[in-house]
Amino acid sequence: MGIFVLRRLWQLVVVLLGGFTIMFVLFFALPDDPAVILAGGGTRVPPPQVIENTRVRFGLDKPLYEQYLTRLVDAVTLRGTSFKGEVPVRDTVKERLPASLRLAFWAVAIETVVGISGGVLSARRRNSFSDWLTTTAAVVLSAIPVFVLAYLLKQLTGVYAFEHDSWFQLPTSTIGPNEWYLGVIPSLDQLRYLVQPAFVLASVSTAVIARLTRTTMLEAAGSDHVRTARAKGLKEGQVVRRHTLRNALIPVVTYIGIDVGTLIGSAILTETVFSWPGLGSKIASAAGNRDLPVMLTLSMVVILIYGIMSLVVDLLYAWLDPRIRLEDAK
Amino acid sequence: MSDLGSALEVEVGLERSLLDVGPTRSLLSDAWRRFRRNRLALFGLVLVIFLLLVAIFGPFLVSDPSELHTSFKEPPTNQFPFGTDELGRDVLARVVYGIRLSMFIGVTTTAIETIFGVMVGAVAGWFGKWTDTVLMRFVDIMLGIPYILFAFALIAVYGKGVSTVIFALAITAWLGTARVVRAGFLQARELEYVDAARVLGVSPLRIMWRHILPNVFQPLVIYIAVGVGAAVLGEAALSFLGVGVPPDKASLGGMIEQSSSLFSEAPHLLFFPAFSLVLTVLGFLLVGDGLRDALDVKDL
Repeated sequence: MGIFVLRRLWQLVVVLLGGFTIMFVLFFALPDDPAVILAGGGTRVPPPQVIENTRVRFGLDKPLYEQYLTRLVDAVTLRGTSFKGEVPVRDTVKERLPASLRLAFWAVAIETVVGISGGVLSARRRNSFSDWLTTTAAVVLSAIPVFVLAYLLKQLTGVYAFEHDSWFQLPTSTIGPNEWYLGVIPSLDQLRYLVQPAFVLASVSTAVIARLTRTTMLEAAGSDHVRTARAKGLKEGQVVRRHTLRNALIPVVTYIGIDVGTLIGSAILTETVFSWPGLGSKIASAAGNRDLPVMLTLSMVVILIYGIMSLVVDLLYAWLDPRIRLEDAK
Repeated sequence: MSDLGSALEVEVGLERSLLDVGPTRSLLSDAWRRFRRNRLALFGLVLVIFLLLVAIFGPFLVSDPSELHTSFKEPPTNQFPFGTDELGRDVLARVVYGIRLSMFIGVTTTAIETIFGVMVGAVAGWFGKWTDTVLMRFVDIMLGIPYILFAFALIAVYGKGVSTVIFALAITAWLGTARVVRAGFLQARELEYVDAARVLGVSPLRIMWRHILPNVFQPLVIYIAVGVGAAVLGEAALSFLGVGVPPDKASLGGMIEQSSSLFSEAPHLLFFPAFSLVLTVLGFLLVGDGLRDALDVKDL
């Protein structure tokens, strides 16, 4: 167990270093000179002296291996300043990470509650109308692109509601007052800003969880120990809760765990549409601006979170299902 | 010794002929029978076939998508069944070309991704040991990098374009395929009939192709169906973020992005491309689902 965790942590270090290297190479493999873009170029070409000054200012004139090492040390220690605006990267992480964590927290809460209830309902009334409705809704929901869903919501709450003076008026962008209790509980005013991005971010995963829960519930319901539980006269509720659901939830928990990692770092579309200041959208804009320190450091944070979450999932998996031995898992 | 050899040969020959005609055909016809009974899956199949027909033959039926007409943001009329956009372009023509582009990108991306994923997965699973470790660690690393970063980097190198989008999507999409194929190879490598084939001197490439690859056929087919839908969604997302195909080319994601600010005056500009996009993705998802049930693959 301890050895397993150590080995996984070592693998995580390898993955982080590899990811850093690939992105560094990617950035410098680009034929257009980052200094030109940083100096304000793009459509017009800045004077050579300006480009040269920019290059020196950001250390882009140094040999590649030296830049690589500097960037690596900066990323690991969270030092370094952004090329654009010269903001310390540490401040960017401090601003962006909590926003991402909070949004992901609520999205995961929504997808867990709605998705699992939908799946259980669907499986218990198999082939009924409510099963058909849930299954169809889940498929359709996973086919709707996040940004389309977001625009429709914004039209409803931000335009239609105001025109008709309706009660469901909601702000459609920015994070709002940024007031949280105990780290994650939004104030009433904050809630108005959180609701829409949280539901939109949760949408696809909710559909996936509902479908997954339905499948695993049906599978578990047909297994021998459930029949035994029924045969010995347990109440239906007890059979479902203690015998079916418990087994059925193992793959679901795995999915949710991985999803936490994904939603924290890769909510680019939701964050962009709702101007939510999270990690994903910042990485995307930093890549567009050639802001190397920001791009590299934030990506490292994202990969780290993802790696830790998949380690947690593996540990959780072994705890939920004692048949699994971690030493064999690979 | 020679007796044993010929006996083996006879047996293997028998097994091979069974493999060639017997089980393969019955697996597929079985699957098709189960697929047919699934109404949602059939609906998805009809949808996919219809949209493929639109993508192939649609351009012969509609006008030029970049032709500028004199009516702007006009709601659907007889002349323009889907209306016109803010530049006076025929929305129907643009949607048809958008579907064509989505389909092209979806199919091409999936083809590249599948070929590459199968090759890497097969090599990792067949050789095992350090080859496997190196390749799979590389897959882990790539999985950690957001695909949007590749899109930005590739655009800087090659400029916006269809091939850039395909490359950016395929570069991350093959990872899942490689993992599935590798797992299948690791399992099948230890099976007795593979040992038998090896002892008989069948070349490794042939063993991989004829004896092991069919084992991963089922998850692979599902991956392909779902993969096309995912690539279509991916292209739309990239175009929506402004790093996809150039704005003058009709793309469903780009049309949605351009129309979003005009929604209250001209909702049809958002509705038609968004609806077509959802139908396209839905079709492939439903087919993938149907295949999963029909081929009875559990853990995917």
